[in-house]
Amino acid sequence: MAIVINGTNYPLPDDPRVSLLDFLRERLGLTGTKLGCNQGGCGACTVILDGTRVLSCLTLAVQADGRDVLTIEGLASDQSGLHPLQQAFIDHDGLQCGYCTPGQICSAVAMIGELRRGDPSYVTADLVEGPKGGLRQEIRERMSGNLCRCGAHNGIVAAIEQMLNGEAP
Amino acid sequence: MSKLQNAIVGGVRTAMGYVPGNWLPGGTPDPLIERRVTLGTQQSRVDGPDKVRGAAHFAAEVPMEGLLYAACVHSTIPRGRITELDVAAAETAPGVALVMTHRNAPKMAVPPPIGLTNLKAAGNNILPVMQDAEIRWNGQTVAVVLAETQEQADLAASLIKVGYEAAVARTRFEKAKADARTPDSLMIEKNRLKKGDVAVALQAAARSVDAIYRTPWHNHTPIEPNAATIAWKGDRLTVHDATQMLNGTAGSLAKVFGIKESQVYVSSPFVGGGFGGKALWDHQILGAAAAKLAGRPVRIALSRASMVRLIGGRSPTEQRVALAAAADGRLKGLLHHGFSVKPPHSACDEAFTLTSRSLYASESFDVVQHTIDLDVLANTFMRAPGEAPGTFALESAMDELAHELGMDPIELRRRNVPDRNPVSGAPHSQSDVMLAYDLGAKRFGWDRRAAAPRSRREGEWLIGMGCATGSFPYARMPGMTVRITLDGSGHATVSSAAHEMGMGTATVQRQHTADRLGLPLESVTVTIGDTSLPFGSFAGGSSQTASLGAAINAASGKLAVELLRLAGNDTPLAGLRPAEIEFVNGGLRKIGEPSRYESFVSILKRAARDQISVTGVSSAPLEMLKFSMHSRSAIFCELLVSDVTGEVRVDRLVGCFDCGRILNPKTAASQFRGGMIMGIGMALTEEALFDERTGRVMSASIADYHVPAHLDVPDIDILWTDIPDPRTPMGARGIGEIGITGVAAAIANAAFNATGKRVRELPLTPDKFLFA
Amino acid sequence: MRSFDYRRAADRTEALSIAGEGRARYLGGGTNLVDLMRQNIEAPAALVDVSRLPDSIEETPTGGLIIGAAVSNSVVAVHPAVRTQYPMLSRALLAGASAQIRNMATIGGNILQRTRCAYFYDVAGSRCNKREPGAGCDAIDGHNRYHAIFGASERCIATHPSDMCVALAALDATVHLLGPGGEREVRLLDFHRLPGEHPEIETVLRPGELITAIELDPSAAAANSRYRKVRDRSSYAFALVSVAAGLEVVGGRIEDVRIALGGVAAKPWRAVRAEGLLRGQAPTRARFLEAADAELAAAKSFHGNAFKVELAKRTVAAVLGELTGADA
Repeated sequence: MAIVINGTNYPLPDDPRVSLLDFLRERLGLTGTKLGCNQGGCGACTVILDGTRVLSCLTLAVQADGRDVLTIEGLASDQSGLHPLQQAFIDHDGLQCGYCTPGQICSAVAMIGELRRGDPSYVTADLVEGPKGGLRQEIRERMSGNLCRCGAHNGIVAAIEQMLNGEAP
Repeated sequence: MSKLQNAIVGGVRTAMGYVPGNWLPGGTPDPLIERRVTLGTQQSRVDGPDKVRGAAHFAAEVPMEGLLYAACVHSTIPRGRITELDVAAAETAPGVALVMTHRNAPKMAVPPPIGLTNLKAAGNNILPVMQDAEIRWNGQTVAVVLAETQEQADLAASLIKVGYEAAVARTRFEKAKADARTPDSLMIEKNRLKKGDVAVALQAAARSVDAIYRTPWHNHTPIEPNAATIAWKGDRLTVHDATQMLNGTAGSLAKVFGIKESQVYVSSPFVGGGFGGKALWDHQILGAAAAKLAGRPVRIALSRASMVRLIGGRSPTEQRVALAAAADGRLKGLLHHGFSVKPPHSACDEAFTLTSRSLYASESFDVVQHTIDLDVLANTFMRAPGEAPGTFALESAMDELAHELGMDPIELRRRNVPDRNPVSGAPHSQSDVMLAYDLGAKRFGWDRRAAAPRSRREGEWLIGMGCATGSFPYARMPGMTVRITLDGSGHATVSSAAHEMGMGTATVQRQHTADRLGLPLESVTVTIGDTSLPFGSFAGGSSQTASLGAAINAASGKLAVELLRLAGNDTPLAGLRPAEIEFVNGGLRKIGEPSRYESFVSILKRAARDQISVTGVSSAPLEMLKFSMHSRSAIFCELLVSDVTGEVRVDRLVGCFDCGRILNPKTAASQFRGGMIMGIGMALTEEALFDERTGRVMSASIADYHVPAHLDVPDIDILWTDIPDPRTPMGARGIGEIGITGVAAAIANAAFNATGKRVRELPLTPDKFLFA
Repeated sequence: MRSFDYRRAADRTEALSIAGEGRARYLGGGTNLVDLMRQNIEAPAALVDVSRLPDSIEETPTGGLIIGAAVSNSVVAVHPAVRTQYPMLSRALLAGASAQIRNMATIGGNILQRTRCAYFYDVAGSRCNKREPGAGCDAIDGHNRYHAIFGASERCIATHPSDMCVALAALDATVHLLGPGGEREVRLLDFHRLPGEHPEIETVLRPGELITAIELDPSAAAANSRYRKVRDRSSYAFALVSVAAGLEVVGGRIEDVRIALGGVAAKPWRAVRAEGLLRGQAPTRARFLEAADAELAAAKSFHGNAFKVELAKRTVAAVLGELTGADA
């Protein structure tokens, strides 16, 4: 029984009550994933599980047995570098206090995949056709599970838009 | 605040009236206003890379050996006594190290209140903490459990049984109005303002409006919960806190535990959103007390439910605004009365009438506000306390008056904007709200607005435009101290116990220091965030930038003196006095004589010094008493209201700000936007659910208190007048809070323009538009 | 959260046998159950993780769909057959919670969501008959903006929070169950119970029973359908009122109509009366309003949610209008 986190194997916790979030933060010291509400209401704890964005606060660590977890610490290809979306967040000032930021970025990385795959969202006009046009509204609806209280929304959307348009450095 | 305070402030103000402006701080405009190199340029946050990597460490992320986790048990009645307290099951639950109740809690003093005159205190809820069986509000902590893991602590806390003897509690706003008090002063202003006779003006007015406006309880709801990691070493206390009041927290904790301030170390390099809610509340005190009892370090990270029980919010308000106008729109009378909640154990005035005392000229004024005492957790400061709800009422009323007059709302304001303070007669340090309106209106396309409500529709959606004025006073805090250390390589390090909660504090002060000392950005480091550094005032009242600015300016003056002294006689600078030199190109130079120059590196080398250090302090802000110093904004909104469901969708926001010089357009725009987005929340969705039967806050999860989500936030256009304020450091005024002001009114005014329905009670939820 | 045993089931038979051992709950995505356990509202002795059961979405011989209970909300929402043949279901799923939660949440778990009533959640400080039978209900005279206008009782006025179930109710979906006594099928409309005297009993699920799938029948009304959710925040919020509706018009007359309301009762509320009035009629705005009026005539509101009656009427008429291409 083990979880693969950012490419490294970790044994599961003994206590099944331990959430994936607490496992990352309190047991492994990977504090880049943030605890915001611990009840699925804010998105700060978003990680990517087998390529899919999920909330680590509502995921029991044992449920991630044998799965691949990607956290903010594992996004960039090397320790000191930045993922292009991380750089875009800096460039567009898509952050202020920085607390919701790792969750926003992890969420956005997976969201870009969903959008490129043509998955519709609640604001997609034609479900069959999928998302066409209205890109900012599509991004906004899809990122609405990540709350930001400082109000960096415009910068976050601009950073994601830049990534989607392939303009990221 | 007291009559005595009124007398003192009034006396100083009167004296200031006779003092020439150029004798005061800021008397001579800051030369940096004209000599900007990096100030005014776009700079990315210096801590951006750490934040996007998740490498910025917050209070609940500081590792410690042997750490225990805390969970709180809260009272379920608003008033009464604990009669039964069964902690046996909790004490024997797995992993539990300690259960603390009033029976075994250490003796602690009541925390001293945060105040404008006491920067060494940060208390908000000025009541004994776990010292007796008395219950004073619904949610008070009755027990703290410490265990090896958070899961164990939470479970054990749920096993504690508490019995109460309930007493009669005051929890109803409407009922308590009858016993409302009328304080003598608000912040540093006299509360009651009477000039002329508004009643007569209202009777004689060509047009008038008179209405009641209501705003609900609000919560700060930062994404980082309030949290602290705490350890004792002997009688020395270390607190890794999420705070916007480092030194205040240290000072208060020292008083509470009866130790010296120097024995308390508080660290808070990053704060995950503050907005007024990250100061000293019971949890840090309880965490420190429990750590002391257990003899082990403690992490107390509040759950969302514990946050609404222990961290106070913005008081609800009920405001009456009456405006009397001549046919040409000029105000003959301005009345602003109302109520907010402020129990005696609260330190915060929700001074919602302040804006009405300075924004518009009127022949007569009748302004006063009353406070209601309830058995509740203390209300507190939340982004633009006073101005946020106050501008909703005043600026909604102005829109109603414009409608009554058949006048363009911007024109109505143009006719009433004063050229000096309309009550005291004090001159403005700088003020040009109408320029903000003109620039904003142009960008927004105000000329496309149809004056008649319900004029525009697309399908089921009614479209409307509205505007409103925002306002926030300038503040600079005295005592803010910085140390500048210049090393042998010519690198300057600025340090202060200042705060970063998203404002870009280090980023902007690095720009400031670079320009002040004539250095490139790379040669400046700014270190902030703990009490080992020179004294910092709080990050509040939008004052930190100006306060730090003044302190850095003062330190730079001392640095010049010190460098000249070190340079001695064997230098091109020999014989010059500080007033004759300027900082440039990494050195000092005689003003007007470029050849008389020596670099810092050279001066230190010759003096055989590795480094030199100086400190500077922000002086008494007497300019605030001599001048009327306010930032203003013009907010524009275009929105859609469903004629079917009443849902409101903000489509566009433009904010144009008159806040002096903008120091870093990139981070400043973010702060303005952030405030305006909180204004969207205030306008449309935010309301803490307070159950008046029990005094209990029922919006105990983040899902029950709707802060704006991405889809609620449109593109927001930000502009500014960028006119320097000659009385302030760098020509800048604070910008952290003004963003939220005026936004709720602009949105409500646009909703009226769309629907013809005037909603005077926030938030503007769909139900309020369903019925005529 | 109480301690519990965690077991992952390899197949349904194993799931049932583990669950038979004691006070167990099946665990899907955990998006509701884990939170309820953390709040000490639920305290199972064991969790049987069924989220990895090899479930999928298959076509039935009659051209319908059978959706395995462990399939995630996201996968169902974006499935091509759901988007084309049951758009109201796709859109209802997309209206729920957030992308992250939809990725985690299973179909079975979504059906079994419990109410979001704040008094239900306030274990320490509020009375709730659903949590503690006989304790009383603090919502009736408290904050009840989000509460029921249909089917409430003196014991409980909570609502069911699911969006998906509203669409499933309109689609007349069938819930497949597997229990110690074997397989059975229940109409989704009969799956949830109104509170009555026993608000603590929320469904007809028997001890140890596992939801294995939901089944949808194809219809013209299902293919021409919509879901509209009215909420305080434009996204990531529970419904004040939501409407799932499908319409089939033949020769200018309504041949088939399906209407269900969310956010108004302890179960998704099928608007049977309105449907009856509309069948055979011309699809006009006046008829839609009349039918909505008739349906809402039976509503009983409380001081905080009286607006829902008007809101529901208007939303029903508007969604039906959109389905005919007529303006609201």
